Amino acid sequence: MGRYVARRLLNYVILLFIAVSLTYFLAASQLNPRSLYLIVNPPLDPQSIEESLLSRNLSDNVPLLERYWIWLKDILTSWDWGDSPKGGPVTEEIGRRILVSLRLITAGSLIGTVIGVTIGAWTATRQYKFSDRFFTLGSLFILSVPAFVIASVLQVTASKTNNATGLRLFEFVGETGSRGGYFGAVLVDRIQHLVLPTFVLILINAAFFSRIQRNLMLDALGSDFVRTARAKGLRQSRAVMKHALRTSLVPTGTYFAFTVATLFTGATFMEIIFSFHGMGEYAVTTITQQDVNGAVAAAAFAGICVLGGAILADIMVAVLDPRVRLS
Amino acid sequence: MTEKLLETATERPIAELTPTEAESKRLTRRQLLVRRFLRNKTAVVGLLIIVALIIIAIIGPYLAPWTYDYVDRRAYLKPPSNRHVWGTTQGGRDMFALTLRGLRKSLLIGFLVAILSTGIAALVGSFAAYFGGWWERVALWVTDLLLVIPAFLLIAVMTSGGSKGPNAWLLLVFLLAAFGWMLSARVIRSLCLSVKERDYVHAAKFMGLSAGRTITRHILPNISSLLIIDATLNVGYAILAETGLSFFGFGVQSPDTSLGTLLADGARQVNSFPWLFTGPAVTVVLLVLSVNAVGDGLRDALDPSSASGGTAR
Repeated sequence: MGRYVARRLLNYVILLFIAVSLTYFLAASQLNPRSLYLIVNPPLDPQSIEESLLSRNLSDNVPLLERYWIWLKDILTSWDWGDSPKGGPVTEEIGRRILVSLRLITAGSLIGTVIGVTIGAWTATRQYKFSDRFFTLGSLFILSVPAFVIASVLQVTASKTNNATGLRLFEFVGETGSRGGYFGAVLVDRIQHLVLPTFVLILINAAFFSRIQRNLMLDALGSDFVRTARAKGLRQSRAVMKHALRTSLVPTGTYFAFTVATLFTGATFMEIIFSFHGMGEYAVTTITQQDVNGAVAAAAFAGICVLGGAILADIMVAVLDPRVRLS
Repeated sequence: MTEKLLETATERPIAELTPTEAESKRLTRRQLLVRRFLRNKTAVVGLLIIVALIIIAIIGPYLAPWTYDYVDRRAYLKPPSNRHVWGTTQGGRDMFALTLRGLRKSLLIGFLVAILSTGIAALVGSFAAYFGGWWERVALWVTDLLLVIPAFLLIAVMTSGGSKGPNAWLLLVFLLAAFGWMLSARVIRSLCLSVKERDYVHAAKFMGLSAGRTITRHILPNISSLLIIDATLNVGYAILAETGLSFFGFGVQSPDTSLGTLLADGARQVNSFPWLFTGPAVTVVLLVLSVNAVGDGLRDALDPSSASGGTAR
């Protein structure tokens, strides 16, 4: 067992290494950090441009393979993912931004998943009744709307409400804002800023998980072991809760592991629309700002998240599924 | 349950199962599927909306009073009126005409990506399952590799350089397809693994049919239901991915127009000039919702174990 896990892990690490290397080659050849220096007014001295590019290992006059080697050596020897073309080290920036993303997505994804699983399991027991049709269509609708459209509509509604009531009930710019001096103002302020993005995340997650959970639950409800449980005299509620729900939660667990891990970069729309300076926003700005090292680091982080999700999913299955746990 | 399995598993008319009605009803499999699909009202409405949107996208520009590139010097950034039904942009262009043009591009992107990525998935998945061994290992490994690479970032990097001619959107189609086939390929492979052990596949093999022919003529048709569902859902995925990329300024680049670029422009000014946003937003939601509803309906109609078939016929 241990050897199997170790081999899987090694395989993952090799995959990640190749993926990140490919991303580096692509980013380094497609993005053009020199253009940032060329548009400066008054124009900079070509010599000094070359020097600052060279010092950051971004000059396109150096062969690609050589740049790649320097970049790799820095990471392996001192965990230095390089500098952005006009800013500081990438590693520090990412360390700060991960926390921002974490604050943004935690509540939304957890609450959304719980609501989604509950709705999915409940509607499955009421198949083709009105409530089932309502929630199925509702979740289909939410998943068909681009995330940034939901967020924009909410934002408009919120600002209309603010204007109508004359109070600043909803905040939608950044993490914190101006706050009063009363006790707990810091917390209230943060919560005010989190309400809208969290609501969007809850909607999307709930819609996604209710669909998955409903399908899985329907399969479980139709299976032989639930009928057996009923036949041997278990009450319907108990048969559903203990036998159907529990079995159908195993695959949901794997989905959950994956979505949580990928949310770090998946909440990009929320971050940009509500001005949270997290990882998703970073990934986008690095590309528009021709930041080779930043973009590759963001891609590596996203890759690590996916692999983390895969490993988490394996663990989740082991915890939830007694057959895996016992063998 | 078993009855329902039989009706789709064997290609016998359902009437043979119920001798009393044998004379009155003899349905082919196709007729059966159509009936099962028509029973799902949401899916039927979705299909009608898609057809309507396609027709509007094709003939609409000839009927609309304005062309998308005509600059109306008497109406810059005007709200909807009789003159311009959906209002005008800052450049004095008609929103309705622009939305039609965006819809055209989005439909093209959606359907092309769907066909391409399902095609790639079918080929990779079935060949991996059929040949096994090293070929399978390499295919699975490449699939894993592409899953680890954050596709969104890579597509953004490759399309961020601005417009590269009028056919730059074809590159986007290619990229969306190239990064969208992996999960389906895994599912198709596992399905093919069981189909490949069927007798008729062995028979085809021993009759001396080439591998390519065996796969395309005998294996793939038997998982066609999955392929159809997958392609349908991919249309929605591609349209949403395009709008997402365009929202960040990647994806389709101006002067080319898609629903994504229109939405991205509209979303930035939605508080002051909502008409720039409403039209494209409603169009995208209507389109993707219909595609997803049709996908759901197809799944119910094609899946023999689905309960939505109602009672047998």
